[in-house]
Amino acid sequence: MVLDVLELLKRKDPSITYRRSCREGVCGSDGMNINGTNGLACITPVSSVVKSGGKLVIRPLPGLPVVRDLVVDMTVFYKQFEKIQPFLINNTPAPAIERLQSPEDREKLDGLYECILCACCSTNCPSFWWNPEKFIGPAGLLQAYRFLADSRDTAINERLANLEDPFSVFRCRGIMNCVAVCPKGLNPTRAIGHIRSMLLQRAT
Amino acid sequence: MVTNVTSFGRSGLYDWLVQRITAVILAVYFVTLFGYLLLNPDLDYQQWQKLFSATWMRIASLMALMALCAHAWIGMWTISTDYLTSDMLGGKATVIRFFFQTACVVLMFIYLVWGIQILWGI
Ligand code: SF4
Ligand code: SF4
Ligand code: FES
Repeated sequence: MVLDVLELLKRKDPSITYRRSCREGVCGSDGMNINGTNGLACITPVSSVVKSGGKLVIRPLPGLPVVRDLVVDMTVFYKQFEKIQPFLINNTPAPAIERLQSPEDREKLDGLYECILCACCSTNCPSFWWNPEKFIGPAGLLQAYRFLADSRDTAINERLANLEDPFSVFRCRGIMNCVAVCPKGLNPTRAIGHIRSMLLQRAT
Repeated sequence: MVTNVTSFGRSGLYDWLVQRITAVILAVYFVTLFGYLLLNPDLDYQQWQKLFSATWMRIASLMALMALCAHAWIGMWTISTDYLTSDMLGGKATVIRFFFQTACVVLMFIYLVWGIQILWGI
């Protein structure tokens, strides 16, 4: 794996800096640009990115300020995540047990909840590069839809009202760079399409 | 919610919808016109003039012209807010962007009036 190469390098030069934690594709800390494509170093085999005799070029995630070596400042990425209110909103009285969901309703969250916020997608999205402060970006929008699609959430209207402006959702140009790199195989473009149809339904 | 006062309809949804509808109008208009040219290889001036002085053709042409202006405005506005930003141009960005947007609106308006004059002058 690419991460092993980095570990080897760090042993030789301890000043080399990068983030990693789980080293098995679960925590999302080691998103980086590997030979031109964003991915998680820990689950990217060197053989899959380097042709025999070729070079391995590792860069920090594009579009975010670099703190040091491969460590980027993810403040703006988290700010966009925070904007979509990534928690269940339900103003009905809490039941004595958990809020239950039918298996069908639960299934609607598949392909959404698995996101590990590695930022590979958003930092691969040209629209996010141009407007990181205004466009929520694929990662945030995937999570926005995760809560819009949740049968237990009662704030659909407020959530949609916050997304209607020309930037938050509509900066997505459907380039699908996000889908191409998601190490979890998720599809933010499809989620963005669902948000658009929900906005359309609400407004027409 | 990100606020903005210079976009076409001030709502992303509205702009998006207008962009799609105007695209369909333009596609239908120009494909039909192109088909007409293909079906009439030896078109002469009389026939061409008759086509464009028909009321239905004026309606269609005016609709296409207005669609073009709206479509172009939304497109140019989007380009200006992608590339003419302070990240790209620094402190002067707002002035440059606003100037660019104003120039686009004025140009679109000129084309619209001019276009109407041509259509009704036939
Ligand atoms: S589909 Fe949308 S969100 Fe995904 S990379 Fe393209 S512009 Fe960005
Ligand atoms: S959608 Fe995929 S690429 Fe984007 S942050 Fe989540 S796991 Fe990473
Ligand atoms: S180290 Fe946790 S995802 Fe790679």
